Order: sequence, then structure tokens, then C-alpha cells
Amino acid sequence: MTMIFGIPVQALLGQLLVGLINGSFYAMLSLGLAVIFGLLRVINFAHGAQYMLGAFVGYLLLTHLGIGYWPALILAPLVVGLFGVVVERLALSRLYDTDPLYGLLFTFGLALVLEGIFRYYYGVSGNPYAVPTLLAGGTNLGFMFLPNYRGWVVVASLIVCFGTWALIEKTRLGSYLRAATENPRLVQAFGVNVPLLLTLTYGLGSALAGLAGILAAPIYQVSPLMGSDLIIVVFAVVVVGGMGSILGAIVTGYMLGLAEGLTKVFYPEASNLVVFVIMAIVLLVRPAGLFGRDA
Amino acid sequence: MTSAAPLLAVSGLNAWYGEGHALHGVDLEVFAGETVTLLGRNGIGKTTTLRAIMGLIRRRTGQVVFDGADLMRLPLHRTAHQGIGFVPEERGIFSTLTVDENLVLPPVVAPGGMSVEEIFDLFPNLKERRNSPGTRLSGGEQQMLAIARMLRTGVKMLLLDEPTEGLAPVIVQRIGELLATLKQRGMTILLVEQNFRFASRVADRFYLMEHGKVVAGFPTGELADRMTLLHEILGV
Repeated sequence: MTMIFGIPVQALLGQLLVGLINGSFYAMLSLGLAVIFGLLRVINFAHGAQYMLGAFVGYLLLTHLGIGYWPALILAPLVVGLFGVVVERLALSRLYDTDPLYGLLFTFGLALVLEGIFRYYYGVSGNPYAVPTLLAGGTNLGFMFLPNYRGWVVVASLIVCFGTWALIEKTRLGSYLRAATENPRLVQAFGVNVPLLLTLTYGLGSALAGLAGILAAPIYQVSPLMGSDLIIVVFAVVVVGGMGSILGAIVTGYMLGLAEGLTKVFYPEASNLVVFVIMAIVLLVRPAGLFGRDA
Repeated sequence: MTSAAPLLAVSGLNAWYGEGHALHGVDLEVFAGETVTLLGRNGIGKTTTLRAIMGLIRRRTGQVVFDGADLMRLPLHRTAHQGIGFVPEERGIFSTLTVDENLVLPPVVAPGGMSVEEIFDLFPNLKERRNSPGTRLSGGEQQMLAIARMLRTGVKMLLLDEPTEGLAPVIVQRIGELLATLKQRGMTILLVEQNFRFASRVADRFYLMEHGKVVAGFPTGELADRMTLLHEILGV
């Protein structure tokens, strides 16, 4: 068997793949957080709950209405995005003029309420969600066996991340978003409906979380706590990348996923810690984050 | 002056920053096609007047009527759609947007605005730098861009806050030429300006502000007769 640094190549590549898949979710989730924070200046603590909500929408569509994975891939982000729109209109928009702490506390409370509701009805043990038949099985890559669904998740997350990046950096709507991030009052004085832009942005960020949730459902179990398990790491990713940096969130998401995977190979005991160690070092050396602009 | 209704009529305008009462009943009128300059010492409320007219300051009372529309009742993002454009003192060029993106950022609010190509004919420098980030431009170019992007929108009136501030004389002259060109095209302009010589070249009329209100108004022709008053209030 081929060895690298005394580690079998299969084990190394296997863990790198796991890291890449985890990184795909980190990237998608931290991207949504970065988009929301950039424009709304709200640290969206409900992001993990919205991810969980996306998975549950898929699960409930399947178990109650018999609607399968592919329609759910559209419907789950749509439902979670609409939920985000309603939350922004009814509550979050009233907090913009207050201390940013209120937005953080509100979304934190919202996350607890959402998780509490689902825990009450569905318990804490996960519910399985089957891999869609089209993506069942796996492919032998020669050096390792790749489950098709996991390959799809990596591809899908790259498409989502690139699509969101292009939307923000390359379109007219995106130029409104970037300008409003710099100076919302002036953009509004130019005649752009900035309050609507804020609502749509929170909706988009929430929808990204929902999409990550339905993509995650067949890999991790659908459980009320799946979001809170993940969101702490995602916040670390956002801090490392730099708050509000779109590209930073994406690149850092994949990078830290891979770093986690590598650590599992070489020093498994530290695999849960490595992200936070990197975060601590980055905060010491470059407080604005790797891709952040210095404040 | 024309006897028709003014394009912009401001009366009894009060405005507050937090607890600070900044405007104490500003009255002014600007007629279509005029260039009117607000004069006054620093911190007297000239910028505040423009921002309160535009609705950027929400704590305001009084009347602001533009082209028959009551601007006091409109949310900020509806104001520009009445046909009024704002060029802030700090210019408001966006660093994460290219020159092109900065130029087309303000939505078109009425027909009759210039096309991007016409604007580039007027500002060849901007065309050369169209793909650079907006804030990589020189101060003068940024000021040109801040005015240029309003010309696309079809607004009838511009509120210009100190367009010559911190710029070299040759650039100031170019901005003077630009304002003359705009005037020829029928643009109405309300200008806040510290540069008295510049203002006396471009303006049809002046308003003099003191302590948050307008204390005098006179046409450019009377400037010579008013120099004593101006010396007293402006120290020019």
C-alpha cells in the first residue's frame, strides 16, 4: 500500500474528501452569514436554525407529501428564504437603528425557539433521509471509492458559491448590494429602495442556509440540533475569512474543511479544535481576518 | 426672475441632528434653469440644508415642495424619483464598484438623461478608467464622476455640496465649465460653495445663511453693492 508520511494514501484522500465535504457546508453557510452581515450588519445567529429548517422542510415534504429530493432542492431554500423575508420585515428591520447587539440577541433567541419547537416534535435523535436514487452508489476513482452523493454535494456547493459570488460581484443588483454595504443612506438617496434590498438580502442569506440544509439531509441525519452543532465552526470560518468578505467566506470555508480533514489523519485528537486554533492565530496576527479589509 | 412657480420651494425648514437644532426656518426658492448658491460660514447649516431638502436628515419640519411634489412626505428612496439629484460633499464614490458601476448606480428617474456614451464624451478621463475601482480616481476625477452619474438619471435639479473643495485650480475651472454646460442644457442647480470667486462666476443668485437660516438673497448683479455685508458675514 502506498504511504505518505507514514499514512496510507487511501486514508489521507478519504479524510481530505470528508474535509472537502464539510468545507462545502462551511463555505455555503459562512457565505450566507457574510452576505447578511455585509449589508445588514446583523450577526445572524439563526443561521444554523435556518440550515436545520431547510433539512426539515425536505424531510417533512418527503414524509407527509411524498415530495422527493429534487423538488425539495428548490422548495426548501424557497420556504426558508420566505421565512427569512417575514422575519426581516416583522422583526429584524425594527432593530437596525438600535445597538447591533439587539440583532444578535434576537436572532439567537429565534434560533433557540426554532430548535426548541423541532426538538419538542421530533426529539433529538436524527431522522434518516435517503440519498436520491439518481445519486445512490458510488464511483471507484482508482485510489478511493467516492459515494456519488458526496461528489454531488461538492459540485453543488461550488456552483452555489460561484453563483452567489457572481451575483454580487458581476450584476447590477450586486452593485446595489455592494454600494449599500458602503453607504446605505446615499444609495437610498439615489432612489434605490434600500429597505427592500435589506429584506431580499436576508431572504437570500436564509435561502442559502436552507439549501445547505437540504443538501446535508442525506449525509448527516435530519435533527433539530444539526444546525447548532455546525454553526459554531461556521462562525469561526467567518472570523478567519474576515467578516463580510464574500470571497473570504468561500475560500476559508473549503480551506478549514480541508485543514480539519488533514488533522484527522495526522492527529485525530485535535480535529475538532484545529479550526479554533487557526481562528485564534488569525485573530492575533490579522484581526480583520485573512480576506477582511482593515477597519 | 420668472414669475412662474419655483421648481424648488423651501419654507420654514427646521432640522435636527440628534439633540442639536441645526436649521431654524430656512426659506429659499430656486426657479427652473437657475444656478443658485448658498453662502455662509462653516457649520452654519448649508450642507444641512441640502441634506434636509433631500430627506437624508429625517428629523425635519417645514415645507419642501419640488416640482409640485411635497418632499416632506416621501421616504428617502422616493425623493430622487421626483427628479432631484444629490452630489454629497464627500462625493460618495464607492470603492467596491468600478467607475462604470459607480456611473450607472443611480437609477434613471426620468427620460431625457444623458447616455453613458454622451457622458464619456464630456468626461474622457472617466472612459479611460472605466474598469478601475471608483476610489482609485484622483479627487478631481471623483468629483467629475459624482456629478456625471447624476446626469444619466434625467433629474431636473442637482444639489451640489462644495464641488470644488480641495481641488486644484485647473480642476476647479473644469468644474466651472461643466456647470456652465449643464446650465445651457437647462439644469437647475442649488450649490453650496466656500469658494466665493468660483461661486460668483457660476451663480445667477445667492442666498446668504447665518445661524441656521437664510438672512439675505440677491442676484449676482448686486454682488458689488453687497460686499460690505458679505465681508461682515463671511469674512471674505
